[in-house]
Amino acid sequence: MNTRVTIAGVEFKNPVMTASGTFGSGMEYSEFVDLNRLGAVVTKGVANVPWPGNPVPRVTETYGGMLNAIGLQNPGIDVFIERDIPFLKQFDTRIVVNVCGKSVEDYLEVVEKLGDADVDMLEINVSCPNVKEGAIAFGQKADCLFDITSQIKKKAKQPVVMKLSPNVTDIAEMARAAEAAGADGISLINTLTGMKIDIHKRTFALANRTGGLSGPAIKPVAVRMVYQASHAVKIPVIGMGGIANAEDAIEFLLAGASAVAVGAMNFVNPYTTVEIVEGIEQYMEKYGIKDISELIGGVRE
Amino acid sequence: MNRKRKEQARVLSQRMIAPDIYDMWLETELAKEAKAGQFIGVYTKDASRLLLRPISICETDRDKNALRIVYRIAGKGTAEFATFGEGQSVEILGVLGNGFPVEEKKDKRVVLMGGGIGIPPMLELLKQLREAGTEAAMIAGYRDRQLFLKEDLEKYGKVYIATEDGSVGTKGNVLDVMRQEELTAQVIMACGPMPMLRAIKHFAKERQMEAYISLEERMACGVGACLGCVCKTTRKDHHSHVNNTRICTDGPVFDAREVDI
Repeated sequence: MNTRVTIAGVEFKNPVMTASGTFGSGMEYSEFVDLNRLGAVVTKGVANVPWPGNPVPRVTETYGGMLNAIGLQNPGIDVFIERDIPFLKQFDTRIVVNVCGKSVEDYLEVVEKLGDADVDMLEINVSCPNVKEGAIAFGQKADCLFDITSQIKKKAKQPVVMKLSPNVTDIAEMARAAEAAGADGISLINTLTGMKIDIHKRTFALANRTGGLSGPAIKPVAVRMVYQASHAVKIPVIGMGGIANAEDAIEFLLAGASAVAVGAMNFVNPYTTVEIVEGIEQYMEKYGIKDISELIGGVRE
Repeated sequence: MNRKRKEQARVLSQRMIAPDIYDMWLETELAKEAKAGQFIGVYTKDASRLLLRPISICETDRDKNALRIVYRIAGKGTAEFATFGEGQSVEILGVLGNGFPVEEKKDKRVVLMGGGIGIPPMLELLKQLREAGTEAAMIAGYRDRQLFLKEDLEKYGKVYIATEDGSVGTKGNVLDVMRQEELTAQVIMACGPMPMLRAIKHFAKERQMEAYISLEERMACGVGACLGCVCKTTRKDHHSHVNNTRICTDGPVFDAREVDI
């Protein structure tokens, strides 16, 4: 049975990755799961300089999901290159570095510094709903997305995946803009902008007022968007949004994703990623599927 | 080092010990590894509620693999926990957090302060300090005459009581007891609501005492990955490289001088 998938020339041992921002750089969850079992670790977003993030409360639970407004707290690219990459190099898994910034120059600085780093792929976060400047502004207008993607592609030494926001009217248009600008792949969905109000205190549940909704509650929206995006472009799609088990992961593959990422559910069950790897193998065995490529985009009318 | 893990624990017993305050003993291997001031994450059985509820460890019985939590109903998740009966299984994540510096401070004169639902972790702390040869005094601050855990605490040390309504002991808070009883110590270890911890931080600074305070914050992962539960620090944090530290992993117990609360 072959579970290997290839995205932009990079081969992954299986299609199961971690969703950026939910798994740090793998250190914390390496106590629970063998990182060697994963297709890739997608790291938390890293900027050119350290970011302090938003005030607390930064997280709150919602029905079947959660809202977060961490605000991309990160230690900056220099610490990341010195500490996080060597940690991940100890494992036989692919390294996908998520890059964030407040201006095009910020992104380019990170991408250039990663040029000589031993990482497999870059995921560009143009869709974080929780930082005021930059970030999502690049991901909500097709022409802005085209522009930043083109500029990053000129500098990047590794394949570039653009992480798209679901907070748009037409996801297919955004996917096409990324493809037209030369992106090697796209990943979606980032979180959906949401809000929660504490009726007893009459205050916002999050200090940032709004936050990004993730968890099983958003899965049907994510599957729909992965389906639409993957049918709009020829470049590969990494699908995510509320994946909790192998059945969910297979749904994304059938919708058109070449790989999947597990996010909020790591918090609920820290073994989710490896259980999905095993569950996909069992599914393939059950249905006599020899190559996982048979599943990708395999939904029938 | 013990590995953090998610386990199925079994409820040994549960009872209400004050209005909305529940006392639950769980059977779990994690009991052997728990240090005073650490906590576990308890998951609800309702799939619509995803995240762990961080609850401090009140007491452990290593020989029986038993771990005790005493918690207040604060919402629907903890209300669900209160319905758990003997024999039921519960998913828990642990052991989380750093704990109080029992070994490091065992030769000092220590006073413990617990306020409200911050009292439970003081029981295991008092017990572990005594095992280490330290006779610590305990000041427990309650709202009223519902003195939950008082008898348990008294097994391991001298207990002073403060109540907000003045119905028992000193009228006021834990620091009012310090002043009124003219207690002295080199080290304070405390858990309680933020205004109490802030007051302790200032009190300790004024009197040139050390203070270790246990903080809480809304948490998602509980293991240091999501950066949800941070606290401002006075210096740049070793992990984050900004003035933020992770309560779930670098805490919940901090040297009061190191946190900006």
